[in-house]
Amino acid sequence: MLSITNLTKIFNPGSVNEKAALTGISLEVEPGDVVTVIGGNGAGKSTLLNMIAGVFPPDKGKIIIDGQRVEHLPEHVRASYIGRVFQDPMMGTAASMTIEENLAMALRRGARRRLRRGITNGDREFFREKLSLLGLGLENRLSTKVGLLSGGQRQALTLLMATLVPPKLLLLDEHTAALDPNTGQKVLELTEQFVKENNLTTLMVTHNMEDALRVGNRTIMMHDGKIILDLSGEKRKNTGITDLLEMFKKASGQTLANDRMLLAN
Amino acid sequence: MAASMWFGVLEQGLLWGVMVLGVYITFRVLNFPDLTVDGSFTLGAAVAARIIFEGYDPWLGTMLALFCGAAAGCITGFLNTRLRIAPLLSGILMMIALYSVNLRVMGGKSMLSLLRMDTIYTDVVGTGIPENLAAAVLGLGTVILTTYILYIFLQTELGMALRATGDNEQMICSLGVNTDTTKILGLALGNGLVALSGALVAQYQSYSDVGMGIGMIVVGLASVIVGEVIFGTSTLFRHLTAVVLGSIVYRAVIALVMRMGLPTTDLKLFTAVLVVLAMSSPLIKEKLGRLSRGKEGSQGAVNNKSYENI
Ligand SMILES: Nc1ncnc2c1ncn2[C@@H]1O[C@H](COP(=O)(O)OP(=O)(O)O)[C@@H](O)[C@H]1O
Ligand SMILES: [Mg+2]
Repeated sequence: MLSITNLTKIFNPGSVNEKAALTGISLEVEPGDVVTVIGGNGAGKSTLLNMIAGVFPPDKGKIIIDGQRVEHLPEHVRASYIGRVFQDPMMGTAASMTIEENLAMALRRGARRRLRRGITNGDREFFREKLSLLGLGLENRLSTKVGLLSGGQRQALTLLMATLVPPKLLLLDEHTAALDPNTGQKVLELTEQFVKENNLTTLMVTHNMEDALRVGNRTIMMHDGKIILDLSGEKRKNTGITDLLEMFKKASGQTLANDRMLLAN
Repeated sequence: MAASMWFGVLEQGLLWGVMVLGVYITFRVLNFPDLTVDGSFTLGAAVAARIIFEGYDPWLGTMLALFCGAAAGCITGFLNTRLRIAPLLSGILMMIALYSVNLRVMGGKSMLSLLRMDTIYTDVVGTGIPENLAAAVLGLGTVILTTYILYIFLQTELGMALRATGDNEQMICSLGVNTDTTKILGLALGNGLVALSGALVAQYQSYSDVGMGIGMIVVGLASVIVGEVIFGTSTLFRHLTAVVLGSIVYRAVIALVMRMGLPTTDLKLFTAVLVVLAMSSPLIKEKLGRLSRGKEGSQGAVNNKSYENI
């Protein structure tokens, strides 16, 4: 479903701020794979997701989504393949617009915007039904402005928007990190539910090691713009959090003792 | 005397109200501080005046004004999106460029008189509407039609994409909308309305003047903000109505302070101060609220935030 070859990104090349964020990443993700992505601050996790989504063009390398070369396509064109949820709950929704308007825009993801009514009564029925899955009572608040919702509610809504039209690829970047633990857990449960129902191919960045090993069927670890560990199958099943930290130390030559990855648990 | 003053306020509020709706589109919906407005208002006036002056149909001149304004907005959008020039600077560049363009449109003259020429108002009088009501009727008709069209448009797929571009560009881009296109569209729409207003005003006062658009953006802002503060923004319909009413209230305030003896030459200073006060009012309210109660409503905070990136 996703095939990345030798992907490289250097920010501010030739300046004192030069930063090699990705150094020749290659990754094959099969349809239906749910891959969790871990790594320290600045490892390049967000950059990897941004490159897949097309936020900035790569310096080198190939990205293929469902058989189609996309690395030269602008972000809004790639949007027809990709659903995204960001870390910041404010980033995934338009605050001044209503819940139903936000959902309607998500329903047209990747389609041409036309001069026809943005929301039909049929859409509303569909939205109510989908919103009730969140269990937050939002199905009765279709015309509430999203800015009035809490961070957790907005993030749950963003998740629903990202999967409303099942994308070929779901990109989640620490999407529960800014929420309080209970809300984060709830949003994560919803994530697993939606992913499972639609059999979505997913990349999920997380700083929670427990979630990283429990959710999905594969875990990759990044460091300094490279993938330093790729766990799946039996090997992943037999790996615990302490093993993971040990592996990080061995592969990167650094310790994670002071990293928020540990503190997060 | 007083009655005719209030009637003049209504006429002006409506005719300039179309400009205010244009400013609402760029400034509020698109969140783009567009200074093109000063130039495109005059552009609309100049185009309409020249067409009428040359003996063509005033309705043609008025429509052409709308399209020329839209074209100017497209260029501002092009400067900003394709050439990556900052929004404020893109608008300033267009405003300055349009000054020369407007002089050319008016045949090199800084003023073009339409005295004793047929305008859209004379056409309206021809249908049996009393002469002294012509401007108000035409202004009201245009404002209602424009408000209605905007209300419908902003709820279409495209209109929602436009609103989302101003609200959260990253989000709507990740939902597959080319925000360069929506920005250009919004600037074209906004400046088209501003130019239409210029055309209406030029025919109303029977001349176009190359300086008539100076400070127009501040007048537009004052009207938008005054309307929002007084009439509220809770729904799209309310917001649209509020800015139109804001335009009338603004004209009323101006008429009052002039009656109280404010010299015409101080009007722009007065308007600027009015905008400063209106924009800082959420902040002032917040400070006062904190002093007296310690807590304050979310409305002030929301407004306050939206004024920051102007
Ligand atoms: N737009 C950008 N411009 C410059 N440097 C960036 C940009 N985005 C990320 N970086 C740098 O690239 C590195 C990787 O960042 P990121 O992908 O955000 O890491 P992670 O998400 O793993 O914490 C960091 O050193 C970061 O400072
Ligand atoms: Mg990150």
